Order: sequence, then structure tokens, then C-alpha cells
Amino acid sequence: MENLQLIIPELFISIMIMFLLIFGVFKKNSSQLVYNLTTVSLVAALALIINLDTQIQSSLFNNSYNIDSLARFMKILLILSGIFVMLSSSKYIQISKISKIEYPILILCSILGMMVMISSNDLIVFYMGLELQSLALYVLASFNRDNLLSTESGLKYFVLSALSSGLLLYGCSLIYGFSETTNFNQIMINTKEIEYGLTFGIVFILVGLAFKISAVPFHMWAPDVYQGSPTSVTVFFALLPKIAALTVFIRFLYIPFYELGDQWQMIIIFLSIASMVFGAVAAIGQKNLKRLIAYSSISHMGYALAGLSTGTMQGVQSSITYITIYLVMNLAFFSCLFMLKRNDEYYENIDDLSGLSKNHPLLSLSLLVVLFSLAGIPPLAGFFAKFYIFVAVINEKMYFLAIVGLLATVIAAFYYLRIIKIIYFDPEKEKFESKHNLGLKFTLVTSTFFILAYFIYPSGIVDIISEININ
Amino acid sequence: MNFPILSSLILLPTIGALFIFFVRSSNSQYQSSKYVALFITLANFFLSLYLWIVFDKSIVDFQFVEEREWISGFVNYKVGVDGISILFILLTTFITPICVITVNATIKNRLKDFLIAILILETFMIGVFCSLDLVVFYLFFEAGLIPMFLIIGIWGGERRVYSAFKFFLYTLLGSVLMLVAIISIYWISGTTDVIKLYELGIDAKYQNLLWLAFFSSFAVKTPMWPVHTWLPDAHVEAPTAGSVLLAAILLKMAGYGFIRFSLGLFPDASLYFVPLVYTLSLIAIIYTSLVALMQEDMKKLIAYSSVAHMGFVTLGIFTMTQQGIEGSIFQMISHGLVSAALFLCVGVVYDRLHTRLINRYGGLVSIMPRYAIVFMVFTLGALGLPGTSGFIGELLVLMGAFKKNILVATIASLGVILGAAYMLWLYKRIIFGKLINEDVKKMVDLKRFEIVTLWLLVLPIIFFGFYPEPLINSIEVSVANIIDVNDLDKINKLALGE
Repeated sequence: MENLQLIIPELFISIMIMFLLIFGVFKKNSSQLVYNLTTVSLVAALALIINLDTQIQSSLFNNSYNIDSLARFMKILLILSGIFVMLSSSKYIQISKISKIEYPILILCSILGMMVMISSNDLIVFYMGLELQSLALYVLASFNRDNLLSTESGLKYFVLSALSSGLLLYGCSLIYGFSETTNFNQIMINTKEIEYGLTFGIVFILVGLAFKISAVPFHMWAPDVYQGSPTSVTVFFALLPKIAALTVFIRFLYIPFYELGDQWQMIIIFLSIASMVFGAVAAIGQKNLKRLIAYSSISHMGYALAGLSTGTMQGVQSSITYITIYLVMNLAFFSCLFMLKRNDEYYENIDDLSGLSKNHPLLSLSLLVVLFSLAGIPPLAGFFAKFYIFVAVINEKMYFLAIVGLLATVIAAFYYLRIIKIIYFDPEKEKFESKHNLGLKFTLVTSTFFILAYFIYPSGIVDIISEININ
Repeated sequence: MNFPILSSLILLPTIGALFIFFVRSSNSQYQSSKYVALFITLANFFLSLYLWIVFDKSIVDFQFVEEREWISGFVNYKVGVDGISILFILLTTFITPICVITVNATIKNRLKDFLIAILILETFMIGVFCSLDLVVFYLFFEAGLIPMFLIIGIWGGERRVYSAFKFFLYTLLGSVLMLVAIISIYWISGTTDVIKLYELGIDAKYQNLLWLAFFSSFAVKTPMWPVHTWLPDAHVEAPTAGSVLLAAILLKMAGYGFIRFSLGLFPDASLYFVPLVYTLSLIAIIYTSLVALMQEDMKKLIAYSSVAHMGFVTLGIFTMTQQGIEGSIFQMISHGLVSAALFLCVGVVYDRLHTRLINRYGGLVSIMPRYAIVFMVFTLGALGLPGTSGFIGELLVLMGAFKKNILVATIASLGVILGAAYMLWLYKRIIFGKLINEDVKKMVDLKRFEIVTLWLLVLPIIFFGFYPEPLINSIEVSVANIIDVNDLDKINKLALGE
């Protein structure tokens, strides 16, 4: 029973899911209330996680569930992002008429699945978490069921994701076959020799994971799903699953197969370079902001993978820093997107931004900051994210990766600049509404301030992350 | 040193910008935000002047050094000045208020935003010149792109979008390799602190590649032939104040970088690449001078002349002699003043006639005599007439070059003649000749604020032309130190076989 204390946050969220489901079904017209209660329960879960003893490093349930510094940090990140997503999108779901009780509950389910993924130390536990989060996401993607694009994106995501889950499961079974265990630590002990079956297993699992973080060449679903889903779901897609999948990436590569680094390193480098370059090039021609941000996040995942490919603790930490800053930047970007509203209609084409700076100077300034930061221009936070990655990469003398990555930033800078050009240099259009709810404003201000002021005290986050240790 | 004077220099403009940003805008307050900006920039100028006065010119070491932990265990925020950087800081703080004064006539919309951009840019420019850590330097160096991109893009001319993009992407492309080099230096030497790196030195086997990475960034920024093509576009489209800042200060960042980092950190590699730099510099001097001769657009002509002048600068730096480097620094300061002045002059007539085509003008001397006088001084300054600051710089550079390579020096001297040709011809076509155009006849002579700004620039150009001592005095020890510390003399002698 002592162990259960350590998974109180997970237990709490599970109980809340059940409670809210019953509550929502029996109380009429309670969708907004359930939504708010969900936000509150996320805050409570955050408090519970922070409240856990930081010193504890323990493995529960027959060593299949890890509570360590990595899990703790990633869970805090996850739930914080969840809270901000909920805060910023509350108005959107009302106006888009998708405010149903199922919506926040599905989000909670998905978050619970991700928490399980983050802590998993066992192939089966990991797969369970993955499926829990994916199933919720399929429904969320097609939540706007009267919209053709939304249903299409849900179906597309479902079919492709099922395929990748199948591959992943096949990889798991191969690894089980060759190592006689599903536990990560045991796998490490049992696999001293390299066997083909094992390598295939690793590759299949990496394919499945690469699909989840939409790394090239497993990215095809991302642009369509990003564009088709309701924006409130897109922001969820852009942030939370990435955290969970990256954590699994870290655990999977650095615990069971750390010794087999030369087996997977080339794969990760390839995924990384392909994502960075493809994401940067493909985004140039986009006209829809959500589609563009999908390609941009493909590119960003390439950088996060570059950190992982080093095979060093420093690389892992740089990836975690990268994903943290990436989250904030995307949150700020989507908050701006939520503000492009006129007569209860949301606008999401790049052309709609034309001349925004004349009518909405503050909103344009935030977008300017966010876009320059996404492009990685100093002194904004995005630069530091890339900087840490390249410090780790160059330390391992992987100059090719570093130079390709930096050249990709120049290509990427082009399309970010194009948006800035449209905002600042082009003739103005009709005004958007300037009244927004408090949560949205709060999200935008906090995230923009973080991006702008990051350079004043960059050590803060780095110090926290440098304490993260696997094993 | 208790009072963080350099950090105040860096931060003051940003504080001013924040102040302007947070004051609610209404049309009546446009003027007041201008006064705030002027006040802040002037305060910064006097602060840097004070810095120059208390600065001990006889000491080799960096002075007013401030160090604070920044990225823990990795990079420290470290700033300090020596005799070279202090001059560039002074130049920056001198030119910025002049730019602020000129906004009156040139900027019609979004004045507040423009002032904010200029103030932020000043922060970054000063930061570049006093940072003593490679990462901090890179940060400021790159950050300057953001305000400049906006200045060209928002307030620029017809092809501003193209120019802004070209400017941004060219410079960014050049700089990313420098970032790789900086991080590599960290892993090779264990620090990015410039002072420590001077002491440690960098292993010769890495120097060539690192040098090339830095070169790719500085060459684009200088700009050297053949990566100079962004400059004419950027200059032509930028508003007057933007052109002034670009020509006077942003280009100097690269020259400063060459001295501080390329020579300072990689002496062996610098020596190895001397032929490359000589060749590119000579092509820049001769080729762009010829191109300048053919220009029909005034700003483009001056932009190409900048490339030629910067050719002298790079040539002088890589002679690696006391005279050559001093000459380069002097040339940079002088060019900072002269090119700023020339762009202001173009701005003056552009505001009246709204064209920069040379053949639309002619005969201005009879209707704008005051303008003709100041323009003459700047023309002569640009072509390096004795008695103007331009002469001292070119003379010293050529002296340094003659010491090393007579052929190179001779070809470079040809550039001086070409420089005289295009500048005088420009002057002739604009100021003299027949007054044919009806519009030109209606032009009015200089207004009061134009007189102030232009004469403020005339004074130092002539003063330093006759009495270069204060500047030379300030850089002498530091330049000697750079040559000394890296045994450039010894290497030179070895190379000459003595």
C-alpha cells in the first residue's frame, strides 16, 4: 500500500474521470461546469505531483512503473501544458459548438495515458499508456463531427496510428522473444549480444514512436490532422503527446538499449536530419497557419531528436530543455491563433494576418516574438533551445548533423519571416475582435514573457533539468 | 569598478524603448516619445564620452570588466572595453542620436515603433562591441537582425520586402557557421571567455576551419565581394536612419570581429588566409568602385562605395602591421561618419524630390548653397582628401600594405583614384550642371535640424583629419597588444624568411 502513495496523481485523475463522467451524465447542461472542474482537477493533480517527495527514486509494481526525476519533471510539464491548453481554448470550444461533457473527459483520459507512458518501465505498461492516450486522441481529432475535415482527420489519424501501433507491438514481441522479458532493466541485462531479431525489434518500436512525434518519414498524418482537427485539439496534439513520446524515446533508448547505441544512433540521426530539413522546406508553401505549424513542429522534433542521437546524458538534457521551450512557444503561437476571431468565426489562414500590426499592435508583437523565437533568433528562448542541442551535438563531434541542423534553421527562418512580413509589411484588413477571456490572455502573456525574458536567467531551467538522471 | 557603466550603456536604450512602449500612444505624444528617445540616446552618448575620458589609454588590459554568471557553468556574461572597442561604442552612441533627429522628416507612420526599434538596435550594437565572451557576442550580433529587418521592412521603399529578406537570410546564413565554431571552441578550450582564450591560444590544427567559420559570418556582414549583394538592396530600400545605422555601425561589427576574433584567436590561420583576404579585398576595391561609377541611384552608389571602403578595411587588418590595423580602425570610424553623412545628404534631397536618381538632379548649388557645402565636405571625406579623416585611414592602410606587398598596395592605390572619380562625378552631376528640372528649382535649402545633424558630422570628419591623435592614441596600445600577444610580428618575420 505504501507504493500507492507514489501514484496518487494518477489515481486522482482516474477517479476524477469516473466522477466527472457520472456527474456530466446525470446533471443536464453541465458541459461548461465539467470543463472547469477538469481544469481544477488538473491543477490539483499538479499540486499532488509537486507535493511528492523529490528524493524518492522508486520502481513500483514489480519494477514496471518508474517514479524518478525524469518522470516527475515530464509529468509536471505535461500537466502544466494541459492546464494552459484548457485555459486558452475554453472560449474556442464554446463558439465552435463542441462544448460537450465528453471533451474534457477525453482530454483527461489522454493525459492519464501519457502519464502512464512517461513512467512506464515495461513494454506492456508503455503500450497500455500509449493506447489509452491514442484512443482518446482519435475521438478528439474528429470531435467536430459535422465538419468534413475534422472527421477526415480523425479517421486518418486512427488508421495510420493503428498501423504504427501494430508495428510497435510487433517490435515489442520481437524484443520479448529475444530477451525473454518485457521489463526495460531486464532487457538490458539479457541482451548483451546483438541479434538481428533484436535490431528489428528496436527499429519497429522506433518507427512506432517516430510516428507519435511525427518525425519524417512517419509524419504524413500530422499536417492533415493538425489542419482538420478543431484548433483546441490541434494545440493539444502539438504539445502533450510530444512530451510523452519523447520521454518514452529517452527511456527506451537509454535504459534497455543504451549498450546497443551504434544500432540505433544512425536511425535517430537520419530521423533527425530528415525531419529538420523536410519540415523546413515543406512549410514554405503553406497557406494555412495550422498546417504550417504542423510542418514547423515536424522540424522542431528533428532538433529534439538530434539531442537524443548523441547518446549522452547532456544530449538528453538538451532535448528536454528543447521540448520545454518548444511547448511554451507553441502555446504562445496557438494563443495568438485563438485571438483571430471575428463575428464568432475563427481565422486560420496566413493571409488573414495581413496588416495585423496596424489594428492589433500587442497581438502582433507577441506573434513577432514567438515567430522569431521559433526561428531561433537570439536573444529569444528559441535560440537557447537550439543552442543547448548544438552544444551537445558538437561535443560528440557530430559536425555534419550540427551544420545541417543550422542550415535548416536558415530555411525555416524564411517561412517564419514570411508570416512576419504579412503581419507587419502588408496592407491591413478588417479588425478582429479585441475582447478575449482572461485565461487566453493569461496564457499568451505568460508564454510570451517567458520567451522574451528567458535570456535574463537562462540557468533556471537548465539547473532543474540537469538534475534529471535516468537509472 | 563599482558602477556597472558598460551594462548601463547597454541597458539604457532598452529602458528607453520600454518607456516609450508603455506610454499610451496618441498623436500628440508622438513628439514627446521622440524627445524621450533623443534624451536617452544623448545620455548614452555622454555616458560613453565619460567612459572614454576615464578610460586609461596606456593600459593593455580590458577595462571596466564586468562578469556575472549567466548560463551556469558554461557561459558568463562578460563585458569590457579596450582602446579599440571604446571607439566603436563612441561611434554608435554618436550616430544614434543623429538618427533620432532625422526621423522627423523621413518617418511618416508608426514613429513610436521606429524609435523603439532604433533604441533596441542601439542596445545590441553596443553589446557587440563590448562583449568579452563569444556566446554573448554572438547573441548581440544576431539579435541586431530583428530590429534591422523590421526597419527595412516596415519603413522601407518599394522593394523593401525583398531587401529585408535578403538582408536577414544572407546574414543569418553566414552566422550559423560561426555558432558551430563558437561551440567547437568551447569544447576544444573549455571556455568561451575571450580573455582566457587569448591566454590559452587555440591549437593550430583547428584554427583554419574555425577561422573559415568566423570568416563566413564576418565576410557577409562586412560585406566582402562576392557576398556583398545584399548591401546595395538593403541600403536603397531602408529609410534614411536605417541606411545610416547600417552603413555606420552594423558593417563595422564585422571589421571589429575580424580584429578581435579572427586575428586575436586564430593568428596562424589568419596568416594562412592572407592571400585569400587580399584577393577578395582588392576585387572589392577595384570591382565595386567600377560598379559604383555606373550607378544611377545615389544610395546604390554610396552603398557600393561602402563595399570598396570596407575592402580597404579588410586589407588593412590582414596586413597585420601596426599601421595597417590602426589604419583599418581609423578607416572604419571615418567611414562610419562619412557614409552616415552621405546617406543623410541623400535623405535630404530625397525628402524634397522623392527620387534618388542622379539625373533628376543637377545645379543644386544655385538653390541649395548650404547643402552644397556640407555635401562637398563629405564627398572629399569619402574620397580621402588630406585634411579629412578619410585620408588618414587610407594612408595608414596603404602604408601597412606597402610594408607587406607592393603589388597589393599598388592595386589598392588605384582604388583611391577610382574612389575620387565616382565621388567627384556624383558631386558634379548633382550639385553642378544646369538647373533644368522644374521640380528641382522649387527645392528649399537645409532646414535647421538638418543643418545641426550634418554639421555635427562635418566637425569630427575635419577635426580628426587634421588631428588624428586622440583616436590613434586610444587604439595604439591595444593594437600593439594584439600584434604582440599573438606574436604576429614573429610569425610575420618567419613568413618573410628573416
